[in-house]
Amino acid sequence: MNRRREKIVLPGAEIEVERIGGGPPLVLLQSAETYEAGLELVDRLAADREVFLPWAPGYGGSALPDWVRSIDDVAYVYLDLIEHYGLGDAVLVGFSLGGWIAAEMATKTCERLSRLVLVDPLGAKFGGAYDRDIEDIYFLSFDRVKAIKFADPGRDPLDDMTTLGEDEAMQVARHRETTARLCWEPYFHNPALRHRLHRIAAPTLVLWGAEDRFVGPEYGRAYAGRIPGARFVSIAGAGHYPHIEQPDAFMDAVSSFLNGGGG
Amino acid sequence: MEIYHFTEFPWPHLPPDDSFPSMRLSLPSRHYDPRIGAELYNMYLDQYLLADELGLHCMINEHHQTATCLNAAGPIPLAILARQTRNARLCILGNPAANIADPIRCAEEMAMIDNISYGRLDCGFVRGVPYELFASNANPTETQERLWETIDLVIRAWTSHDGPFNYEGKWLHKRQVNVWPRPYQQPHPPVWTTGGSDLSHACKTVERGHNFAMFLTPVDGLAKMFKGVRQYCRGAGLPEPADDQFAFMPLVAVGETEAEAEKIIESVFWYVTHNKSEPQFRAPPGYNSRDLYARFLSGRYSGGRTDAIRTRGVSYFRDNHVAIYGTPDSVVRQIRALYDKVGGFGHLIAMLHSGDMDYKTTAGSMTLLAREVLPQIADLGTKSSGFGPLAERKAVAAE
Repeated sequence: MNRRREKIVLPGAEIEVERIGGGPPLVLLQSAETYEAGLELVDRLAADREVFLPWAPGYGGSALPDWVRSIDDVAYVYLDLIEHYGLGDAVLVGFSLGGWIAAEMATKTCERLSRLVLVDPLGAKFGGAYDRDIEDIYFLSFDRVKAIKFADPGRDPLDDMTTLGEDEAMQVARHRETTARLCWEPYFHNPALRHRLHRIAAPTLVLWGAEDRFVGPEYGRAYAGRIPGARFVSIAGAGHYPHIEQPDAFMDAVSSFLNGGGG
Repeated sequence: MEIYHFTEFPWPHLPPDDSFPSMRLSLPSRHYDPRIGAELYNMYLDQYLLADELGLHCMINEHHQTATCLNAAGPIPLAILARQTRNARLCILGNPAANIADPIRCAEEMAMIDNISYGRLDCGFVRGVPYELFASNANPTETQERLWETIDLVIRAWTSHDGPFNYEGKWLHKRQVNVWPRPYQQPHPPVWTTGGSDLSHACKTVERGHNFAMFLTPVDGLAKMFKGVRQYCRGAGLPEPADDQFAFMPLVAVGETEAEAEKIIESVFWYVTHNKSEPQFRAPPGYNSRDLYARFLSGRYSGGRTDAIRTRGVSYFRDNHVAIYGTPDSVVRQIRALYDKVGGFGHLIAMLHSGDMDYKTTAGSMTLLAREVLPQIADLGTKSSGFGPLAERKAVAAE
């Protein structure tokens, strides 16, 4: 599989991008934990496409410019990225935080997108002021966070952080700082996003881990319900990261959607 | 040497220790009984009135959503003391600058307290301990920048007397700033900050002419910081900061006998042994340095001073001058030894009360400290001859 890393200079940020495979473009936006770059599913997605896997500002080799303070800001950086590569008819796939970024982008313009796949996306608030739509991962113990995010906590790729080397630990720390900076308040959401989701004009698949207790399937249904024509698919035996816990079921759902399953 | 009385206004009537994971943030307020609490508030305020009578100063702090500290708003007891005391300096350490939504309100409150007390306010601004980020919802990655932006804006608001000015900074936006009243002390009350192991923060504080305070830090760490600041000033060609730009808070108990002091310090030690919290409360991402946070995540660091010292005994604290206790003469010797080891400091903030200590026991320790210890160390330490940034003091001295 053809794989290369490059640094691109956009008007407001320098972004590290990994490009895998060849063919029609698929832009993959990672979760805050950046689990996805290391997963086999990237190769599976790249079997008949070119996967563009960028690192958001403040993650991987991408610096965090001072002006980037919200996920909305990141969405504009990535719209620049799509223009930079001159992509058209691109598939946009986003996981968790990356799903939020993808949704923000698609509410601004779907001009260069063919299809949108949102996997347990964050970013909206559907409940009332006293409802906790998204569990507070900063307040809960590490074990509890693992338990709400995974159907089987043993499947967490970062299961034992005591085995991390110093550089790896520094990288995880940096990623978590960036996430906190962008998502602490409002907590993992943009109050305006739910009022913009109707603007998403690309055929959309919303995938949800049936056992996601970080942000539950009912939230996912509300999310899909606001996107015109969106299809909602629940994946059994999976929490917040169905692509990690049930990769085959995940690939089946995505393949069927991308290969003409309709929106 | 100026000595301050300090109690953190604790709620000591806790449920069984194994029935709750943290005294901070998550302990339900059903464990607070207002009939007992009202008595406690008034008893704690009485301690400060006694401090004033004895010639000690007052230090007040605040914490939020915690049984360790019932002072949820430092300006409230400070305002009471502004009216009810006569001579004591009233030091707040401090206003949680990174967490407060409206620094202008803070500037107004502090100016009022300075007026009501006829200019006895020492105005501290703190970043706040990590727990506060959960109570305030403030973003941990912004706290250091917000602290200094708030301090700069408050000082500008206190010292501008020509009508409204505009401020649109990184974190704070105020289009019409025109604070009434102006402070009693001119140009403004002394400003303090607190800190841990971040030397650059300490240097910035002192260089700007403010006072720098540290709490419960073992002597080696304290010396590293206080000497580090002085070394920085020398290297930067600044005037040597006087001792009264440095403050330290240990646990303190004074008894007629060594045995009596030992008994009292065990009670004060409640603060250390009953300060439990959950690890994630101590290290929200972006609050600590990245290096420290990385070590926390990978289990190499437990997150904060408290856990590291909780398990050590009182004698460890005494050896490191974090607990100063004994007969008056012994306490004098310990303070002088500490003074020499850290290169000098001018404010001793004495945590004389904690846990369920009653008024009588606390008052006894306070009285011995004021009557027997203070006279022997009152002349210890150098005093600042000017006000404002050190570079400006130098310029004035050179004229």
